[in-house]
Amino acid sequence: MKVRAQFAFVFNLDKCIGCHTCSVTCKNVWTNRKGVEYVWFNNVESKPGIGYPKQWENQDVWRGGWELKDGKLQLKAGSKLNRLANIFANPDLPEIDDYYEPFTFDYARLQNAPLSEAAPTARPVSQITGEKMEKIHWGPNWEDDLAGEFDKRAKDRNMHNLEKDIYRQFENTFHMYLPRICNHCINPACVAACPSGSLYKREEDGIVLVDQDKCRGWRMCVSSCPYKKVFYNWESGKAEKCIGCYPRVESGMPTVCSESCVGRIRYNGIMLYDADKIEQLASTPDVQDLYQAQLDIFLDPNDPAVIEQARKDGIPEDWIEAARKSPIYKMAVDWKIAFPMHPEFRTLPMVWYVPPLSPVQSAIDQGQLPTEADGCIPKSDTLRLPLKYLANLLTAGKEEPIRKALNRMIAMRSYMRSVHVEGVPNTQALEAAGIDEATAKEMYRYMAIANYEDRFVIPTGHEEVRMDDFYGFQGQNGFSFGNDSSPGISSNSLFPERRKETVESRELAPSSDEDR
Amino acid sequence: MTIDLHQIVFGVYPYLALATFVLGSWIRFDHEQYTWKSDSSQLLSKRYMRFASNVFHIGILGIFFGHLVGLLTPHGVFLAMGVSDMAHQGIAIFAGAIFGGMVILGGTILWLRRLLNKRVRAASRWMDINILGWLVMTALVGFSTIFWSYHHASQGDATVMIRLAEWVQSIVVLQPEPELIRNVDPVFKLHIFFGLSVFLFFPFTRLVHIWSAPIGYLFRAYQVVRTKRAL
Repeated sequence: MKVRAQFAFVFNLDKCIGCHTCSVTCKNVWTNRKGVEYVWFNNVESKPGIGYPKQWENQDVWRGGWELKDGKLQLKAGSKLNRLANIFANPDLPEIDDYYEPFTFDYARLQNAPLSEAAPTARPVSQITGEKMEKIHWGPNWEDDLAGEFDKRAKDRNMHNLEKDIYRQFENTFHMYLPRICNHCINPACVAACPSGSLYKREEDGIVLVDQDKCRGWRMCVSSCPYKKVFYNWESGKAEKCIGCYPRVESGMPTVCSESCVGRIRYNGIMLYDADKIEQLASTPDVQDLYQAQLDIFLDPNDPAVIEQARKDGIPEDWIEAARKSPIYKMAVDWKIAFPMHPEFRTLPMVWYVPPLSPVQSAIDQGQLPTEADGCIPKSDTLRLPLKYLANLLTAGKEEPIRKALNRMIAMRSYMRSVHVEGVPNTQALEAAGIDEATAKEMYRYMAIANYEDRFVIPTGHEEVRMDDFYGFQGQNGFSFGNDSSPGISSNSLFPERRKETVESRELAPSSDEDR
Repeated sequence: MTIDLHQIVFGVYPYLALATFVLGSWIRFDHEQYTWKSDSSQLLSKRYMRFASNVFHIGILGIFFGHLVGLLTPHGVFLAMGVSDMAHQGIAIFAGAIFGGMVILGGTILWLRRLLNKRVRAASRWMDINILGWLVMTALVGFSTIFWSYHHASQGDATVMIRLAEWVQSIVVLQPEPELIRNVDPVFKLHIFFGLSVFLFFPFTRLVHIWSAPIGYLFRAYQVVRTKRAL
């Protein structure tokens, strides 16, 4: 056993309202720069839909993630030799149009246009070429709230074994939001695919980063990440990805996307896992067993043997304590209501999802759904969101764990309703779902109330003890001794520098004096 | 003793180019590693890349190693291995035509793509366009030397090729003998000048990615874990 700590997430899809606050705050902080205008470390997709970039889940197209070759784990894109043989032109690389051509609008025109009968318009401008665009054909969230025809969103890979024609009918339409960030996987395919070894997983917290100096722009990570959450900065020529907001997390703060989530759907916490079991469990033969395999890799932070080994492996005491209070552990392991997205990619992702229930609650309340014998829990196959769809998304198609999780969530609601509305606790539903009252109350506290201190249990990083010479580091944190930041734009630099000029017009609006 | 242009170009310039190549690369790696990259534009346009980029790269690798082995191996070693001068010249013409042709074909497509594709053009720096054009021109001049080489070979004369190799070796062992190639056909001199200049430009272009050919990947474990902890 080798104990490692992992900074992990749970997103409670049951409460996601698709407001994109997470995306916008993330964008403003991290990717509002030349070369990454098209990049969203965090995006929210409307499902069903083909997503961002187009068809990212379909690995027949992008060949991301891992597969078993003669029982051994190998990148789906091919052997290491095969990867190097394709290094001159990565056949699996998405093109900018698979994301979208980044655009802004010619806002200056609105102020500078000469007087005319018709109001001036701000035409779209490509942020790559700086030229006006005739028409915008695709964007970061083109399918928002089921926009577009059914046939297009029905290409969603999770629909492949569903009877699509049923869901074509308006009455049977279903919809959910899927916020996505880098999964900071335990078995990351991007790291494994990087020819120069610039991508790495941090031992202390498991955050996956790109060493910007060491990246040579071979682009293998972009296609090998099955979630398409590694991006190519076309200006710097380097790979960039979600950094798990590590400067915040090291200080004990949640990530920007988690902190700003208005629906309080995001949970940040620590999970302990056994690093010796990664290869074995990621090689589980049946993809439908991978969800269980990932549960098996987690270690119980209350087990004295685990605690002892964790101390030996150098995990600080407050991190072990944080692992004991981890909201992730409660939702993923104790209550089994959270699931890894697409475990069949075999990367052991560490952003877990509580499946959504909301669309059915009012139908339950109105008694429109056929229920099990207890009269409280609707039959799972009558839910508006097809169980199979959720299973395709979260458990490689295995429906039973999802059914159980949904039943637990419905039971918790049914029980809390009896407490608050009827004033008489009714445990019938709880018994049917196999949970006790204390658990139901705790689930309610974590999921419905979702207090800040319950959602975010983040121990601070111990930079001080990790330095070779920690006294020598005093008084220098954040101070640059030169060469750390770009000196700006220089036209006669010996080596090519990062260009920062934007495509926006810098022409000033006429001063109001001229109007008089 | 007076020094003429020939001696400067073939006795001094090689050292200027090679010193810039080595020191420039070193300084850039040391000080500006963030700029050390292949600078791919594949994201912006995939069209032609699969064909042209592969043809170009395979061609230029063949050309590079062909020149390396053909010019730096001492004459005596070739003879000892049983490679006659005529066989050497035959291989050089044959391989040079194939790989050189690939560089010209692939490079021209890539160069046109860089000039004509709006997105790629917008993301290109001045030096990205120049260096690709320079490589294609170098290959074109190199390809045209084949006609002279073929003419020499058809007369059973390998002296020009041997003199060129001896000149390169004289440069490498720091005893430059520009006189060796004073009387070779101008096309060879032009090709040498173009080729040497590639070394001069090298550290200031995307060519630096060649230094980082990721062969080590084949021998590495899949996963990379870094720790900040003092080990």
